[in-house]
Amino acid sequence: MIPISYYLILSTIIFTISIAGIFINRKNILVLLMSLELMFLSVNFNLITLGNYLGDLTGQVFVFFVLTVVAAESAIGLAILIVLFRNKKSIDVDDLSELKG
Amino acid sequence: MNIELITFFVFSTLLVFTCFKVITTSNPVLSAVNLVFSFFLSAVLWLLLGAEFLSIILILVYVGAVMVLFLFVVMMLDINIAKKSAAYIKYLPVGIFIFILLNLLIILFFVNTFENIDYNAVRDIQLISDSNTENLGYLIFTKYILEFEIAGLILLLGIISAIVLTYRKNPMNKYQNPSQQIEATKKDRLKIITGLKK
Repeated sequence: MIPISYYLILSTIIFTISIAGIFINRKNILVLLMSLELMFLSVNFNLITLGNYLGDLTGQVFVFFVLTVVAAESAIGLAILIVLFRNKKSIDVDDLSELKG
Repeated sequence: MNIELITFFVFSTLLVFTCFKVITTSNPVLSAVNLVFSFFLSAVLWLLLGAEFLSIILILVYVGAVMVLFLFVVMMLDINIAKKSAAYIKYLPVGIFIFILLNLLIILFFVNTFENIDYNAVRDIQLISDSNTENLGYLIFTKYILEFEIAGLILLLGIISAIVLTYRKNPMNKYQNPSQQIEATKKDRLKIITGLKK
């Protein structure tokens, strides 16, 4: 039996990689969305691990709903991205600062 | 060193490596492909945790739908592959700092916390069989039926908003206007001309 802390440390590493990715890839919204997907993956890892070790299936039910919400979220996010690219011809975050006071 | 541990270490090392590749490559297509690899690897790890249904769902839904959507968008957008820009170099130390700091904090918390955990804390959910899929379906369709329906509504919302956001009206398209059709009276259609034969 693999110790529970191995899985938790793995999901922690994935989560911090995605946070570092959000910091590094400031130019590209697409890679920001992919970092977000990695973050959801690490959260799902935590839910499944703890559910498995506690003998409870509710964690897996939660992962099911998280997958549903993430699918809807990425569809809407990519639609917004396409509209943005149509209007601005760029997906740079710095070009989006329209609200200058 | 049993086979379970070896599998875990091999696939988790590959998973961390592919996750690093996702955030460090400058080409978004390569980034998406690496993300697909990382989903496959984590599906294997979920199998190891006994979540068979979810690992299949991860491959079918994520790799099959969401990541294909990502790849389509990458190809549609026609982005020029940016070189490592000045912002990348500027924020790289910040990223590394955040990575190391958060890793240290959370891993130090995790290392000895769960050693003496009571693994039988939750036992009030009655399982109906040995199959993971059957148990999950039983839970979803009985205890969590309301959440299941809300999830369906969320997916409907996703469809509608994605279509509304990206829809462009083409002026060349010919289509009927129902309200105008209903409001048309006899006078609009038929013109009776009298008094021609005089």
